[in-house]
Amino acid sequence: LFNMSAVAGLRAGRTLPDKVKIVEVGPRDGLQNEKTIVPTETKIHLIDMLSASGLSVIEATSFVSPKWVPQMADQVEVMKGIDRKPGVSYPVLTPNLKGFQAAVKAGASEVAIFGAASELFSKKNINCSVEESLQRFDEVVRMAKEAGVRVRGYVSCVLGCPYEGNVAPEKVAHVAKRLYSMGCYEISLGDTTGVGTPGSMSDMLEAVSREVPVNALAVHCHDTYGQALANILVALQMGISVIDSSVAGLGGCPYASGASGNVATEDVVYMLHGLGIQTGVDLSKLMDAGAFICRTLNRRTSSKVAQATCKL
Amino acid sequence: MGNVPTAVKHCLSYEQLIQDYPWLKRLLLEEKNITGHEYPEFVRIVEVGPRDGLQNEKEIVPTGVKIQLIDMLSGTGLPVIEATSFVSSKWVPQMADHTDVLRGIHREPHVRYPVLTPNLQGFHDAVAAGATEVAVFGSASETFSKKNINCSIDESMLRFEEVIKAAKERQIPVRGYVSCALGCPYEGHIEPSKVSEVAKRLYEMGCYEISLGDTIGVGTPGSMFKMLQSVMAEVPTNALAVHCHDTYGQALPNILIALQMGVCVVDSAVAGLGGCPYAQGSSGNVSTEDVLYMLHGVGVETGVNLAKVLEAGDFICEALGRQTNSRVARARGRTL
Repeated sequence: LFNMSAVAGLRAGRTLPDKVKIVEVGPRDGLQNEKTIVPTETKIHLIDMLSASGLSVIEATSFVSPKWVPQMADQVEVMKGIDRKPGVSYPVLTPNLKGFQAAVKAGASEVAIFGAASELFSKKNINCSVEESLQRFDEVVRMAKEAGVRVRGYVSCVLGCPYEGNVAPEKVAHVAKRLYSMGCYEISLGDTTGVGTPGSMSDMLEAVSREVPVNALAVHCHDTYGQALANILVALQMGISVIDSSVAGLGGCPYASGASGNVATEDVVYMLHGLGIQTGVDLSKLMDAGAFICRTLNRRTSSKVAQATCKL
Repeated sequence: MGNVPTAVKHCLSYEQLIQDYPWLKRLLLEEKNITGHEYPEFVRIVEVGPRDGLQNEKEIVPTGVKIQLIDMLSGTGLPVIEATSFVSSKWVPQMADHTDVLRGIHREPHVRYPVLTPNLQGFHDAVAAGATEVAVFGSASETFSKKNINCSIDESMLRFEEVIKAAKERQIPVRGYVSCALGCPYEGHIEPSKVSEVAKRLYEMGCYEISLGDTIGVGTPGSMFKMLQSVMAEVPTNALAVHCHDTYGQALPNILIALQMGVCVVDSAVAGLGGCPYAQGSSGNVSTEDVLYMLHGVGVETGVNLAKVLEAGDFICEALGRQTNSRVARARGRTL
C-alpha cells in the first residue's frame, strides 16, 4: 500500500544523472590560454580527433579580434577546415555582433557569449560593465534567434574573482537569469580562478537553480587549486548534467603563473564512468587526442589519468 | 473526520512510517548524507608525508632533514604525524634511520607520532626507541600481500596478532591499514566484501582505527561508496579512515564522498610526497594542502594551519630538489 513514488520524489534531483554531456573546450579555451601559437592544421586535426572520440560538443574557436587573441586569428580557416561530424555541435565564441556575423558567415550553427559575475572582472576583461555587456549580448541573441542559431551563455567568476575576491551567489544568479531569459539555451557557470570548493559550489548552485532550471545549467571548473573534480561531484549531486572540460587540461591559469587551469576531460570522464554515468566518450581515443596535442605543444599533459597510463 | 484509511494514516505519521518500514529510515538517512550538505564537524588529518611520502621518493633524505620536516609539521596543528617505519633497512633503505628519527624529533604535546611495525621485531625496536603508537599493514589482495610482504593475508594477520598482543600489554594503540581497498596492481578489481573482511579482522584483533587505502589511486567516488558501504556494515564508521592516492586525479572527490558517508579521518602527505611505485612518473599520495583547502572550504574544522603546512612543503621540496604535487602550493606561486 505504501507509495513508492513518494520515496522517488524525495530522491528527485538528488541522485546522480544517468547521462552527462561533456562540453569539450580544449580547442578554444584550452589553446587560447597556451603560450605557443598552434598552427591551423594542428587545431583542425585536434578537433577531428576529438570528434572521433564520441564527444558531442566541441568548442571550436572564437570570433574575437585577432589583435586581442592572436591564437584565434585563424578562426575562419579552422571553422571551414574541420570535419563536421553529424550529431556533434561546434559552438564558437562571439563577443559581439561583428563576431557573430563573421561566425555565421564561416558556417557556425551555435555560438557562445561570455558574461561575468564580477564588475571588476568585466571591466578588466572586456572593457565594460556587466550591464553593458548584457546589452551587447542581447543584440547577439536577437540576431541569433532570427538566424536560427543557438546561443550558450557563460558566467565567469562564479566562485570568486581575481580582483574582487568573494562573489555573492545572488550576483551569479542574477547574471545567469538575465542570460537565460534573453534566450541562451544553457548557462555555463565558470570557476575562473579555480578557488571554489564543494562548499562554495553548492551555495552558488542553490542560488542559481532558484532562478534557472537545473537542466539548463553547466559547470566549468578550473583545477588551479585541485578542487575541480570534487566541485564537479557536488554539482552532479545537485542535478547538474553538463560539464565543461579540456582535453589534457589544456590552458594554464592566466592569473596564477605556472598553475593549472581547465580540468582535464580524461580525468572527468574517468570519474563519470566510475560512477556509472554514461558520457558517450571513448576514453582511449580521447587520450590519443590529448597525447597528440601535448606532443605538438611540447608540453606534459595536465591529466592525471593520462600521466598514470603513459608508459614512460 | 470519519474512518481514515490506513495508507493515509501512514502518510500522516512519519514515525508510524518508519516503524512499519524500517528500511525507509536507512534510505532517508543515506539520502541525507548523499546530498552533500552534511559533513563531519571535525576531521582528523593523519600526515603520512615523513613515512609513506619519503618512503616512495627516490632520493635518500638525510636524517637531519627528516627531523626538521617532522618538527615543522608538528608546529602546524596536525594531530597525527607518521614519523618512520621499523622495517628492515635492507627492504626500505629510506627508513634505515628510524631510531635516530624517532629519538631526534621534538615531540609536540597533543601530537601523536605513530610508526610502522610490520612484525614483532620491528615492534620491540620501535618501543625501545620511544614509540607510543604503532601501525600494521594488511592487504585486501592476496597477490599484493605475497609480493609486498612475502606472505598470504592469513599469515600476515598472525604476524599482526603478535604485534597487537604485545602492544596491548604496553597499552600502545595500534592502527590497521588495508591496502588495495579499491583495486590491486596485480589482481585488478577487489571485491568490497574482501576489504570489509580484512578490516573487520584487524578491528576485532584490537586496532583502534582502520585506514582504507586506495593504493594505486584507481578508485572513483562510485567504487569508494560501494567499498565503504560494505566496510561500514562490519566496522563502526568512527573507526575508519581513508587513505587516497591521487594517481588518477580522483583523491579529492573520493575523500569528499567518504566524508559525506560519515568518515572523519583522512590520511594525506605534505606536498603530495611519494610517487606511485606502480605507475612510473605518476603521483601517489594526495597532498595535505589540497585536502585542507577542500575541508576548510566545506566548513570542516581540522585544527591545521594551511600556511604553515605550505612552508613545510616548500622546505621538503627544496631539500628533495623536486616540485610540489600540491595544486594549492603551485597556485600560490611556490614553484622551484
